[in-house]
Amino acid sequence: MSRLPITKTPKVYVGGAFIRSESARVFPIRDAAGDFFANIPQCTRKDLRNAVEAAAKAGPGWAKRTAYNRGQILYRLGEMLEARAAEMTAAITLGAPSPARARAAAREVAATIDRLIYYAGWADKYEQVLGNVNPVAAPYFNFTVTEPMGVIGVIAPDAAPLLGLVSLLAPAIVSGNTVVALASETQPYAAILLGEMLATSDLPGGVVNLLTGFRREVVPTFATHTHLRAISGVATADERKALKLGAAESVKRTHLLKAEAKTDWFADRAQSLEAIRDTLEFKTTWHPIGA
Amino acid sequence: MVGDLMNAGPSASFRRLFDEVGPVDAVGIEERVAKYTTRSIKKSAKLWGLRMAVTMVDLTTLEGKDTPGKVASLCQKAVHPSDDSTVPPVAAVCVYPSMVRHARRALGPGAKVRIASVATAFPSGQTALMTRLAEVRAAVADGADEIDMVINRGAFLAGEFARVQDEIAAVLAACGPATLKVILEVSELETYDKIRAASFLAMGVLRPGDFIKTSTGKTTLNATLGNNQVMLEAIRDFYLDTGMAIAMKPAGGIRSAKQALQFLIAVKETLGDAWLNNKRYRFGASSLLNDLLRQIEKERTGAYQAPYYFSEAAESY
Repeated sequence: MSRLPITKTPKVYVGGAFIRSESARVFPIRDAAGDFFANIPQCTRKDLRNAVEAAAKAGPGWAKRTAYNRGQILYRLGEMLEARAAEMTAAITLGAPSPARARAAAREVAATIDRLIYYAGWADKYEQVLGNVNPVAAPYFNFTVTEPMGVIGVIAPDAAPLLGLVSLLAPAIVSGNTVVALASETQPYAAILLGEMLATSDLPGGVVNLLTGFRREVVPTFATHTHLRAISGVATADERKALKLGAAESVKRTHLLKAEAKTDWFADRAQSLEAIRDTLEFKTTWHPIGA
Repeated sequence: MVGDLMNAGPSASFRRLFDEVGPVDAVGIEERVAKYTTRSIKKSAKLWGLRMAVTMVDLTTLEGKDTPGKVASLCQKAVHPSDDSTVPPVAAVCVYPSMVRHARRALGPGAKVRIASVATAFPSGQTALMTRLAEVRAAVADGADEIDMVINRGAFLAGEFARVQDEIAAVLAACGPATLKVILEVSELETYDKIRAASFLAMGVLRPGDFIKTSTGKTTLNATLGNNQVMLEAIRDFYLDTGMAIAMKPAGGIRSAKQALQFLIAVKETLGDAWLNNKRYRFGASSLLNDLLRQIEKERTGAYQAPYYFSEAAESY
């Protein structure tokens, strides 16, 4: 007996819950054969505002976790992805792709898992490399220690929609930041599925918030929202200009890769300690030695 | 049924009171207030509403750890809520009686921002009437312009309505020229019917321009659109009966500008423009003002604002 297939309503993962856009708008995406696949939430600046509130609420609790625990949770996210690698590969390709496209997607998923494990490993080690006991000529200790910045905006590339997204958000959350990320506009479905995996990875709700939608509608608000402390992402020349102008007004950091430069997300240099440092503040304190 | 009516006791007296003031359609109230949250208020209308809400705030600090210094800075903030000089001052500061003289010193005599004080053994009201009246007289003598009193909920729930009214009348006499606000403490009244009944009991004693107020803010459930609506409708019906305008103050639990606008919509659509000013409507709140300022700044600059740009941000970053 034939049965009616149950189709999924994709929802975005914000504040630990799966929601539709507050605007109730959606946009269709197509599968490999060019047929309708699903309606994706078309998030607005108000969704971004709500996501930032959720991220800010989750921030202090996440930053208070021990570095070791944050590493465990990132590792657990890698585990979740490993076990569901085939499902994630299908989410990137959508439908029946060419063998080459399927191989590329499988390679992207594998690289994403490795990237999570890479940053999970750094969780309780970056402080030892980036922090310092500074030499001073007086009876004091002088320490430099790192602190997370707060809420970080991530703008994911269209190329490598999963690997690019994870490469940008993992180094931000490993140190205790929380993230509001805009997924690829052309290939958003991997981010929808990533949200479902985040929900089962012990990551507290609100630490990673994933939005889908149109860049032209949301990127300007990423630029001007004063609660975002840094933006890390991939942007076109026009977007970079808007982001830097808005960031100057609200005094936030920007780490923007050029969309036209074709970043190789598989390369070794796409993962680094510097990426963790990009969303850290440094605090230097004096402390008397005593005696 | 006849036997029930013959019984003396709370239920019989409540039934008589409900007959007199009319019942509340609880489902109707919930439906009505659910609609208030669907109004779309944008741009200039929103800005107008936000500024209106600022002028209606009773900026409140009611904590055991209050100090003269904290009250002085509260008064400063009440007079100049924002760097933006177009933002008006709030209606009043609301403090404990022991802090009234410090507030008066900070604001100066005859200040535009009024001083409200929660007298009468706030929040429980569980002391002898003599003590409560002495507290009211002392607060007024120290310079309070307005007194927020709590009703005797125990007496009300026991059906001793005359005693409730007598106590309000006694406090009113002790207030002298000061405006009186009568806190019903709606979360302890249990039903909308009783909230309406208590509103009428209080209004029967009050002078025009005195307030009825939802809550102390010290219990779990405070002002909601629902109990606000019940009290607004009581004020409306009382006004249509007697021609006497009683003012309203929801307090506790109103933290966001969005909520404040929804309460103002309720006022506009229930009582009309005559109640849209701080002589007739107030918000009892401590953190609401910060969110109002934040949203006013958002409207001015077009950029969403971080809460830590405004005082009293709760989170660390």
